Amino acid sequence: MEPISKQPAKYVISKNVDSFFSEIYAIIKFIGLFFKEVFTPPYEPREVIKQCYEIGYRSLALISLTGFITGLVFTKQSRPSLSEFGATSWLPSLVGIAIIRALAPLITALICAGKVGSNIGAELGSMRVSEQIEAMEMSAADPFKFLVVSRVVATTIMVPLLVMYMGLIGLLGSYVNVHVNEQTSFTVFFHDALVKISFLDYTASVIKAIVYGFTIGIVGCYKGFNATKGTEGVGRAANVSVVISMFLIFIEEIIIVQIINWIRYAG
Amino acid sequence: MQDKHKDGGMGNGEVVISVRGLYKSFEDIPVLEGVDLDVYNSENVVVLGRSGSGKSVLIKIIAGLLKPDAGVVKVMGEQVDKLKKKELRQLRLKIGFLFQGSALYDSMTVKENIEFSMVRHFKNMAASEVSKAIAEILDSLGLEHTENKMPSELSGGQKKRVGIARTLILHPEIMLYDEPTGGLDPVTSVEINELINEVQKKYNTTSIIITHDLTCAKTTGDRVLMLHDGKFIRQGSFEEVFDSNDERVKSFYDYNFIQ
Ligand SMILES: Nc1ncnc2c1ncn2[C@@H]1O[C@H](COP(=O)(O)OP(=O)(O)O)[C@@H](O)[C@H]1O
Ligand SMILES: [Mg+2]
Repeated sequence: MEPISKQPAKYVISKNVDSFFSEIYAIIKFIGLFFKEVFTPPYEPREVIKQCYEIGYRSLALISLTGFITGLVFTKQSRPSLSEFGATSWLPSLVGIAIIRALAPLITALICAGKVGSNIGAELGSMRVSEQIEAMEMSAADPFKFLVVSRVVATTIMVPLLVMYMGLIGLLGSYVNVHVNEQTSFTVFFHDALVKISFLDYTASVIKAIVYGFTIGIVGCYKGFNATKGTEGVGRAANVSVVISMFLIFIEEIIIVQIINWIRYAG
Repeated sequence: MQDKHKDGGMGNGEVVISVRGLYKSFEDIPVLEGVDLDVYNSENVVVLGRSGSGKSVLIKIIAGLLKPDAGVVKVMGEQVDKLKKKELRQLRLKIGFLFQGSALYDSMTVKENIEFSMVRHFKNMAASEVSKAIAEILDSLGLEHTENKMPSELSGGQKKRVGIARTLILHPEIMLYDEPTGGLDPVTSVEINELINEVQKKYNTTSIIITHDLTCAKTTGDRVLMLHDGKFIRQGSFEEVFDSNDERVKSFYDYNFIQ
């Protein structure tokens, strides 16, 4: 076959469009297989727990740091605008809404896409190119179940927990700034920060987190599981996992926010 | 160098693996173009061929890891590409596969590597029995004191041995070795060749050994087949295959023994 660069442009485009759609189809099949396998025994609970631990272990430090700084800086930067109206007492409430509704889910998801998604892509990718996945297929185990299902379940559980954790840490960062400037007490700050947040807000954030967690897991696993062509393929699997899951997370964010707003203002 | 001198092998006559008219290509590039092969009970068949000639593809199709484009592949009477997932898994438990790079699970210790398929296959086995069986197999393969090592801490030869141990623990009836001596020094290669013969004797396995190492072919093969341009161009005992003026065969021989 001729190298791509020498083929007529029309052919290259149609080939790319073709492979785009066959990739979409493959991903949908992959997701379908996940939902089929996740509910059928045998289960791999030990591997799920191990993966949850790995995810937490890998991202906790970065999430703590980012959460704290985000809360602190966001508060600091918002103060001047509010103080123009003498409304600095609204700061906790403003920050609370921003963190719980928007910042914690999104930032956590992006961090996890970078740290966890790339790791899953690289790990499964290297298992694929070194034939470890085929070795598993030859044994009594099901590599899809053992590797993919356990990881996707783990990210779907862990990202929501990490989002809650980041929410708390973010508020803590904000509290430090507010306490230094306005001498607000801890209980008053948290009361003010959370008073405007409805049950719908919490639910929406948890749902977002579940969707993001699932996305990160499934994209990383799909790319790693289907990696090809040696060590180069491993790097690509890791890299592409991050790019695709971040892209999907932004799209999902927009869609979910639209739906939530629609519910919020419908009644 | 010891040699098996079993002209033509053929075991006790029962066909365990049979391949007919096998074709396989990847993205329009043909790899296998009409492969026929019979492997008889408890014989060691060696498949020789240059890198990229499709040797790995052939045994992966036999193991059901790749689908053939055309042709019939039967293992113990069952047509591999027609099996349901469960049946295929059942069949694969009777097949031991030593992968080219050993393919040990690199996040697990040696013990966990071997345990992995064991605890999933023999579900009701007590932990003490599992440990005992693992210790036994490691001992018999000269792998004492490696139980708690990670694959990255093992030498190439040890990795191959662990790879073999990992499959033997399930008592396979068929062994597929993908370049068992690839990347090993000559002394270790000889040890692995002897191990392959021991496995054949002790477990009475039917084996396909893929290699481009003629020492390995000569020591382990009851019968040798040469894969070239997607077909078997010669077969027979080692001497029969290489007693030839065919350039394709001679260049292979010269490369291995005279440099
Ligand atoms: N999964 C695959 N996808 C695409 N091409 C493949 C795949 N597996 C093998 N090939 C190609 O098939 C040919 C034969 O490969 P292989 O059987 O691994 O050779 P070898 O005889 O060295 O084991 C090579 O050209 C390789 O690039
Ligand atoms: Mg090969």
